[in-house]
Amino acid sequence: MSQLIHIQPLESKGGIPSPRPQTEGCASSACGKMSDAHGLADDIWEKVKDHPCYSEEAHQYFARMHVAVAPACNIQCNYCNRKYDCANESRPGVVSERLTPEQALRKVIAVANEVSQLSVLGIAGPGDACYDWEKTKETFEEVAKVIPDVKFCLSTNGLALADCIDDIAKMNIDHVTLTINMVDPEIGAKIYPWIFFNNKRWTGIEASRILHERQMLALELLKERGILTKVNSVMIPDINDTHLLEVNRVVKEKGAFLHNIMPLISDPAHGTHFGLTGQREPSHQELMALQNQLADGTKLMRHCRQCRADAIGLLGEDRGQAFSMDKIPETLEYNPANRASYREIVAQERGEHLQQKKSAERKLAELEAKPTILAAVVSKQGGRINQHFGHAQEFQIYEVSPYGVKFISHRKIPLYCAEGNGDDQRLDNIITALEGIQAVLCARIGDCPREKLEKAGIEVNVAYAHDWIESGLSSWYAARFSKENRRIA
Amino acid sequence: MSYKIVAENCTACGACEFECPNSAIKMKGDVFIIDPNSCTECDGQFDEPQCAAICPMPDTCIPA
Repeated sequence: MSQLIHIQPLESKGGIPSPRPQTEGCASSACGKMSDAHGLADDIWEKVKDHPCYSEEAHQYFARMHVAVAPACNIQCNYCNRKYDCANESRPGVVSERLTPEQALRKVIAVANEVSQLSVLGIAGPGDACYDWEKTKETFEEVAKVIPDVKFCLSTNGLALADCIDDIAKMNIDHVTLTINMVDPEIGAKIYPWIFFNNKRWTGIEASRILHERQMLALELLKERGILTKVNSVMIPDINDTHLLEVNRVVKEKGAFLHNIMPLISDPAHGTHFGLTGQREPSHQELMALQNQLADGTKLMRHCRQCRADAIGLLGEDRGQAFSMDKIPETLEYNPANRASYREIVAQERGEHLQQKKSAERKLAELEAKPTILAAVVSKQGGRINQHFGHAQEFQIYEVSPYGVKFISHRKIPLYCAEGNGDDQRLDNIITALEGIQAVLCARIGDCPREKLEKAGIEVNVAYAHDWIESGLSSWYAARFSKENRRIA
Repeated sequence: MSYKIVAENCTACGACEFECPNSAIKMKGDVFIIDPNSCTECDGQFDEPQCAAICPMPDTCIPA
């Protein structure tokens, strides 16, 4: 069953059967005006619709890969330790092997042949893509010759962006992510111990002043060239958490398209300055509260998984280790067939998904004033409630109210079911991660975890297994609250 | 008069290689090394040795 729903990489030409009869009228993404459906102007939607990091909807269908060709960096951040690398560690700046541009090309071809969802090639370091520009540039140039329809994006701290803006524009890199953690050098001094600029190492407030000015310049240049810009900010409690409201205001004003607030990762085992000095990470609740404060009037990215600089696959997964260089043949040819047929299927699925979303919204709008609640969904992606509770490694959190179903965030959880058995300690951690959540909707769940969740006051529902997320949540919500109505009456 | 790289600290990011104004730094095995005959410690070229100024690891590019 899960095969039906989860859009697997295509292994045969047959594709996947439609999991339910097509709804009338709409069989492709041509239905309706996209600008209405997604709240974006048509030209912007065209740019982001296949980019998993820029579009919450696209991340359910499309995959990205990062190639770690740019190891050199021109700044030091207190949340980064360049020496540390562990294959199990998922965070930016970390890779298991660095590649030459020639190796990167071979890897991209190998992945494109296998992972039909691939739509984006990003260079995110592990250093700085703009500072280590020659390698970044050569990689993009070589890949463009072989796979012209893959989208390019890069991620940078912005210090060196002005030096390569002409190349960026020329090479059709139409997505750039800038990491901006402050617009006040006093705050910056607590985050960046030094930067390297104009052949000199700068420290203290001076370093952050230069970095800030260059980041603002980078924003302006990107806007001038019409390059879509996402701003990433690391939320560091008691250092820049409240300040990020000001960062949001400034970057929005300067034309950033998306603002992505990411929680600080400061595990002492990583050996970062913040990890070693006991700087704490924000809680799920604190992150959500900040995101909610920023939600008005700006596009906020909430589906970021803080992936590694060599991550491969859909955002919730990382298949990077399956594509290490020792597994990639010396010579190989690009075969566009898989990616092409996958795109046809996505176009169809999207049409249906959109219809379902609209009918879910209508259903909710008919309800009288009802509470706004948070529910967790377990999904293998593809936009459906299609995963077994015991196999989940994250919850997708949605807000449901008569105003609609809104994606809020994901929360990482330990795998409950390992080697065929559930684990009580991990279940306790999972329940902790469900703080503030009223219900869990999944495809299946064992009796034992179900009882424990219910004991903890969390409703468990499998009635909408394999349904679209919005449709399942709205039906559950409508039934749940009309039932309560009846009881009261 | 030359700098050297402490191999066990080197992350092999390669930043020193392209900042070096004398092309004195090359990859050897898994890490970078400085050719003492080409290294000038950036004397007369920059305010500080460029390898040490860019290196992300403390005490890794040091006087030989």
